[in-house]
Amino acid sequence: MLFSVIGNYSLFLGLFFGLVLIYLSVKNFKNPKLLDTKILSFTFLQFFLVVISFLCLVLSFVLSDFSNETVFNNSHTTKPFFYKIAGTWGNHEGSLLLWLLVLTLFILIFLIRTKNQPIKYRILTLMFQQIIIIGFFIFLIKTSNPFNYIYPIPTEGLGLNPILQDPALAIHPPILYLGYVGSSIIFSSVLAATTLNIVSQKWASHIKKWALSSWIFLTLGILLGSIWAYYELGWGGFWFWDPVENVSLMPWLALTTLLHCILVLEKKLILTSWVIILSISTFALSMSGTFLVRSGILNSVHTFANDPERGLFILIFLFSLIFLSLFIFFFFHKTNKNNLSSFFWLSKETAIIVNNWFMMYFLSVVLIGTIYPIFLDVLSSQKISVGPPFYHKLIIPFLVPFLLIMAIGPKLKWIKSNLDDKIYLISLLIISIFLSILIVKNFSPNFLINTILISSALYLFFITLRDFFIKGFKNLAQNIAHFGFSLLILSILFNSLFSNEIITNLRVGEIFQNTKTKIVFKSISQKKEKNYRSIIGNFIVQDSKGKIENLSPELRIYNQPNIATSEADIKTTLLSDKFIVINMVQNQDFFNVRYQVKPFMLWIWLSVILISFGGLVSFVKKDYEK
Amino acid sequence: MKNKLLPFSIVLIFITIFIIFYKGLQDTNLYTPEVKTNYEVPSVSVELFDSGKIVNTLEIFNTDKFYLLNIWSSWCVPCRQEHLILMDLIKNDNLKIIGINYKDTKKNAKKFLEELGNPYDKIIFDNDGTNAIEWGAYGVPESFLINKNKIIKKYIGPFSKESMEEIKLFIK
Repeated sequence: MLFSVIGNYSLFLGLFFGLVLIYLSVKNFKNPKLLDTKILSFTFLQFFLVVISFLCLVLSFVLSDFSNETVFNNSHTTKPFFYKIAGTWGNHEGSLLLWLLVLTLFILIFLIRTKNQPIKYRILTLMFQQIIIIGFFIFLIKTSNPFNYIYPIPTEGLGLNPILQDPALAIHPPILYLGYVGSSIIFSSVLAATTLNIVSQKWASHIKKWALSSWIFLTLGILLGSIWAYYELGWGGFWFWDPVENVSLMPWLALTTLLHCILVLEKKLILTSWVIILSISTFALSMSGTFLVRSGILNSVHTFANDPERGLFILIFLFSLIFLSLFIFFFFHKTNKNNLSSFFWLSKETAIIVNNWFMMYFLSVVLIGTIYPIFLDVLSSQKISVGPPFYHKLIIPFLVPFLLIMAIGPKLKWIKSNLDDKIYLISLLIISIFLSILIVKNFSPNFLINTILISSALYLFFITLRDFFIKGFKNLAQNIAHFGFSLLILSILFNSLFSNEIITNLRVGEIFQNTKTKIVFKSISQKKEKNYRSIIGNFIVQDSKGKIENLSPELRIYNQPNIATSEADIKTTLLSDKFIVINMVQNQDFFNVRYQVKPFMLWIWLSVILISFGGLVSFVKKDYEK
Repeated sequence: MKNKLLPFSIVLIFITIFIIFYKGLQDTNLYTPEVKTNYEVPSVSVELFDSGKIVNTLEIFNTDKFYLLNIWSSWCVPCRQEHLILMDLIKNDNLKIIGINYKDTKKNAKKFLEELGNPYDKIIFDNDGTNAIEWGAYGVPESFLINKNKIIKKYIGPFSKESMEEIKLFIK
């Protein structure tokens, strides 16, 4: 009770300090000799208040204070301690408070870390950021206050959705938010820089850090979500092209493109419009992600709590920000005409621009696939759902030139270039094609497309691999990231080509056998935990080489809320995953058993980690050189 | 002129998108319930509160009597006031009251009924609130007057004296 009161008042005070900060910045902006020390202390105070408010919510969860509506709706006394804490941001209200926490934290770090930047720029960035922060404060307090009371006080809560009770998902939101919200700093800063007309090389190398850090978090956040979907949703896939996944992929694509543009801008004063527009779109896409997921406008496998009033608020807020930035872009931005003419077709920047267009294309495919159903529903009341085939058809063919340019682009020099060591490049290409023909020949019905795809991915793989040896530490970050990407595409391709699946119904004691695999359903056992009961199936699986594996998938029946989930059992090895999941069939004594062999699963995760590690190397390297 | 056209058209595009999203929000299909009157009772399987049995809703409302479907919860304060009205209404022979126990725990719900009396002929246990959505409900308390498997009238919020009189008129 007490914590709710404290948390609630901290929010109001935080909002108040936001307004004070805007006032102070305007005052300071007119007379910008020194950054007002009050600004820094008030920013800190605001952050501190949000921390207090967040801690209050965490404590309410830990103490199971059911007079708090958020706790009542999402927690339960029997829930393990760890998930009581994780439950804080596992719901709408708490996750928005987390947004706010990261927003205020980042602007504080920004102010501290930019002492050598122009004062006016810092103040303007603060102002734009405060507009976002105030918007979120009002949103939180007005439509989704995490500290609402219930009276009479319930003795027990409703519990956290069991599929969210999972370690990967407990840290997935904070990491993803660091990425999302990090883009807000880029957004505010780009608006400030455009207004003051200082989008320059110097600015680029300063904002690169922020872009990199939020890119790393976004990449890891998406990875965690994907791993969770893989073992918890029990379908054995890792990416479903579900709207909720797409909304995290879209900012990632925009941010990746932005990162490459910033690299060009840092070297050469071109692509300023690209940088500005991409910075704006990255943040706008992150916000629309929140809008689409939270408003209930989308149908999705994991729709969260939704409420049209909230949707309306985010929608209006989002579009005000978009119109504000459009106004700033068209009013203040002046393109530098001189530099545009000096493009030479064979140069690093041309390669980057071409691939940027490819990435914009991928982005628009995902965007259209995600929001087209909404448009169609509104305009003609037809309901459709866009599935994986749409994305695969539109994206896969274009991956081929994309991968090739990704391989050759970094070989080129800035401004103007000739291709050196052509012999190597061509011979590696021939080797890749040859190898992929060998790999695909015996397996796949779609021989041509698969060969082309695998050869282009292999090509990138070989070229980046070779660069590790001949270039050493030069361009290491880029090389690691591109190498990781080739590994990712290869693993995904092999994974989809060579996966095997057996779906069958088995009673206890029965045996399933085909030419390759033998599955024995040995027994079932039961287990009782604090917040769920579970039925465990014990299976013995023998593959064609005679290798025996014991697998025990689970069916869990949670008590609060009363939901059954099936927990897959996965044996991961270096080269493949064995994945088994069981499901109860109503009124029958047999279980539905799904057994899958998924090659290179581990490598999909590892390659994404490698990609973000590339980002990390670039992040650290710059510091070191300074 | 050309320079003015570009910003103008971009702003126009965004305004269009805004309007479409706005309209999309108005008829969100998943969790915004419509006011359904003169509609058939939705046919869904539900869990009964006492026995835990799974039955179809159509089996519950199958006689020619009038039914009042009342969505309630032990944590809902207005439900307490309304409960007294329900206890009064149940004196009518022509009316049966069916409850949907919304996002509640059985323990709390039982305590609530012990304290205030049980007007319900049957109670549907709707732990996660999905059943209420099938009915097109906004929240608690809310009631539907049903006759011959058709929803005649919907009452949002607790009953007033007038709505009680109205129900009595309907039943006659």
